[in-house]
Amino acid sequence: MEEYTVNKSRDKRRGTEGGTGKTVTGEQLRQALLERYSPRMYEQISGGKAAVAGLGGLGSQIAVLLARAGGGELLLVDFDRVELTNLNRQVYDLSHLGMPKTEALAGILQKINPYLKIRVKQEYVTEEKAGILFQEYPILCEAFDKPEQKAMLVNTVLERCPETVIVAGSGMAGYGSANSIVTRRKMRRLYICGDGETELSEHVCLMSSRVAVCAAHQANMVLRLLLGEEEV
Amino acid sequence: MTVNGENRKLPGRISLSEFLMGEGFQTERIAVERNGEIVPKSSYGHTVLEEEDRLEIVNFVGGG
Repeated sequence: MEEYTVNKSRDKRRGTEGGTGKTVTGEQLRQALLERYSPRMYEQISGGKAAVAGLGGLGSQIAVLLARAGGGELLLVDFDRVELTNLNRQVYDLSHLGMPKTEALAGILQKINPYLKIRVKQEYVTEEKAGILFQEYPILCEAFDKPEQKAMLVNTVLERCPETVIVAGSGMAGYGSANSIVTRRKMRRLYICGDGETELSEHVCLMSSRVAVCAAHQANMVLRLLLGEEEV
Repeated sequence: MTVNGENRKLPGRISLSEFLMGEGFQTERIAVERNGEIVPKSSYGHTVLEEEDRLEIVNFVGGG
């Protein structure tokens, strides 16, 4: 198991602008977001804390969307490393091949927002670990690929983390209509994004665009929750 | 009984796990809420369904 917090030292938090060496300060980034958001929106989103379990097509894109939106803290969890077959739908590039997804994604997010607080855990999530890993996170994005892992995570967190709301993905394979992907509130603390039925199989593959639609549904629901909206 | 928003007739005294099996669910791929509370997997066998129950069954499919 590997765990570290990215951006421990304040000195390492400086972003540089387009290779000019010019530092982008936290205040400049805050002002840039405030040009788009009301002060209330900024406070709610930048004060937000979420965990992302699984950093594949869904999780890597959800994390990027939340980082761009100005989210405050993200926990990134995955055991896997970046492979060439991932690049058709995940945010990584050739320079990340062989790297742990946690580390590769943390690097990508830091280039978007060096002031985002990122925690990573490079490990396989089991039932025993899930209850402990996510209990301090008010929002968890389920972004695993295997249905048994999805169900295990959702069951465990609903049972053992009473304060955590889950935004899960189910049914985004293939190249069917993007319009069939929706967000549903299935339980009080469980939202599900996807078409609910199109499964990855020998004949149905995962495509970047449809996975991105589902990831965007999940990220949008997270932002809605941060902004106090509970309905889909 | 209500299952995923639809009215269903209870086929006599039946446990949640018998009901799920009859409906063709694979229990390792689902989550079940009964009257607003998540049902732990270990309770499926001894949870006896009642006429006024509201069940929400979520079936996960692969891909992510």
